[in-house]
Amino acid sequence: MNLLNPQTLAPWFISLIEGIGLSHFWTLVLWNLIGSISLVLFAIISILFIVWLERKFAARVQDRIGPNRVGPYGLAQTIADAIKLLTKEDITPATAERVSYNLAPVLAVFSVFMVAAVVPFAKGVIGADLNVGVLYITAISSIGIMAALMAGWSSDNKFALLGGFRVVAQLLSYEVPMVMAMVSVVLLAGSMSLQKIVAAQAGGRWFFWVMPGVFLLYIIAALAENERTPFDLLEADSEIVAGYHIEYGGIKFAWFFLTFFLNTLFLASFTTTFFLGGWRGPFAEQVPILGFVYYFIKTTLVIFFMMWVRATWPRLRIDQMMAFAWKVLVPTSLVLLIITAIVLKLGLPAIWVDALLLVLNVTVVLVVLGFLGRAMRLDIDRPKRRIAA
Amino acid sequence: MITQAIFIIVSLFTLVTALLVVRHPNLFSSALYLVASFFGVASLYVLLEADFLAVVQVMVYIGAISILIIFAIMLSKGMMGKHTSPHNQQDRWVALAGLLLAIILLYFLVALVQWPTTPVGPVPANAIQLLGQDLVGRFVMPFEIASVLLLAALIGAIAIAREREI
Amino acid sequence: MLKQFGFLGVHAIIALSVPLLGIVAAWLLRPKKPYPLKKTTYECGMETIGDTWVQFKAQYYLFALIFVLFDVEAVFLFPWAVAYNKLTLFGLVEGILFVLILFAGLIYAWKRNALEWQ
Repeated sequence: MNLLNPQTLAPWFISLIEGIGLSHFWTLVLWNLIGSISLVLFAIISILFIVWLERKFAARVQDRIGPNRVGPYGLAQTIADAIKLLTKEDITPATAERVSYNLAPVLAVFSVFMVAAVVPFAKGVIGADLNVGVLYITAISSIGIMAALMAGWSSDNKFALLGGFRVVAQLLSYEVPMVMAMVSVVLLAGSMSLQKIVAAQAGGRWFFWVMPGVFLLYIIAALAENERTPFDLLEADSEIVAGYHIEYGGIKFAWFFLTFFLNTLFLASFTTTFFLGGWRGPFAEQVPILGFVYYFIKTTLVIFFMMWVRATWPRLRIDQMMAFAWKVLVPTSLVLLIITAIVLKLGLPAIWVDALLLVLNVTVVLVVLGFLGRAMRLDIDRPKRRIAA
Repeated sequence: MITQAIFIIVSLFTLVTALLVVRHPNLFSSALYLVASFFGVASLYVLLEADFLAVVQVMVYIGAISILIIFAIMLSKGMMGKHTSPHNQQDRWVALAGLLLAIILLYFLVALVQWPTTPVGPVPANAIQLLGQDLVGRFVMPFEIASVLLLAALIGAIAIAREREI
Repeated sequence: MLKQFGFLGVHAIIALSVPLLGIVAAWLLRPKKPYPLKKTTYECGMETIGDTWVQFKAQYYLFALIFVLFDVEAVFLFPWAVAYNKLTLFGLVEGILFVLILFAGLIYAWKRNALEWQ
């Protein structure tokens, strides 16, 4: 009896509880309840850490020290902040639509917690290994979009409304290349179940090596879906103050804050799952605990990448952002999808398929970068020519 | 037993929110209740073990169509206000007509249609794969026509929205 | 399949109750000193002028509509991608045709300047 193996843990637990005398149904409910609560706890605890990490990282990039007062290395700073936010007075605008106003942060948190249910942590460790896992992620994230709209509208504030609609336009635009990148992944893996996508990357055949172009598309779209720099228009203080959650304070603001960082965590998790082999690594099949370790290392690396971008890049203008989504990312994602489909049907040996995909991906990325460079030079030259004329 | 209890709760939720869509004085709130109603329908699909349909319902109807509706509401001036009356002079007659139509439809559905009562087999594990095969096999014409239809909708929308500038 | 969704059902209840519990806890803990000026809309200290409900641009609607098209396209493409190993060359051609028709739509929108944000 190996308690460290999650696949034997569930039957062991169920037989234990049923031995006490609970019916099979309620045992399952209890087991699911334990799984669900541990998932939520994992999310909240890791957020405490990620917020600290991001502040410390950004501080170091900007030649500051960052939080260092509460606890060793300021580690307890986030806990102190959480307590502060919990005890803040609640200030709701008198003209706000109260039901939507209070429901919006709840729905935002709900959507990210629900997404957590399909993250594969290790072999056999996943909340619900759905047949439609990939589609489920996109579906649930649309509830988060709805929450942003509700918050922006119900606050009865011009900035909030404008911020809400802006963020929705941004999320919609970047969802298209993201979904198309996912279709390419599904095409290669032959399944929408996240555990099967991880299984398809066995033996170090990470999809990152096969389709670096699709990976690039996905991570850029993930940055935009997470409203991170260079796509953090909703935090454009000089334009719309704080975006859709401007009128929120105390715990309700804390929930939006939590949603932001949980989104970071799970987008990084899905990047890991789709392209970096998920929990796969040496001996992860035999010792599931190792799967957790690999998952955490890879996800943390992706999160570091996102923090690095945030700390160093300037913000895009809204027209640049929309143009980038529709004129660069969407056509590229469609071209890559068609290329992947054609190469897979050529009937070549597996190793040649992978090599050809890699070469074509790199080619497409280089061509797109070439076009982008040309367009940017034209954009820079334009005012000069106008002056000359 | 449990499934039936969930079914009743979910159906009630769907019906109540659907009623609120037409009864709520604020148009934006109506749209939000519509979202809730869509979510109830998605839950019903889950109970029917149609997982693909359920996520598609959420993705397309909540994620796309509802947002389109909300954007359309905010396009029309004066509609975003706190209160627009859901009433007009004919609403009593419309309610009566609707009720009558519902009764007739229910009569046809309950009395005249022979509903199969034998349980169908379990959903095959590779249902989505079969769906994909059928999309480019048996139903290839609807599949391609769907994409042409989407294209037509796009061109139409651009033509209407861009009319003034060209 | 229902077993997987059983977990999601339980998880949905937890995922809803955690934020609700947070709000209730804050409601019990926080001070309550309402003051009319506190409850006004925050617009950088300026008094609010006019209605919040302004009319928006048609731009938003157009982008949302293009999004709907690609969303629906993705819904068709996912099962196609799952079944791809089992498909013949005909399936490949049909899939590519499907993508290309929408690609044409994107190019049309581009040429008509519908993708410009003004």
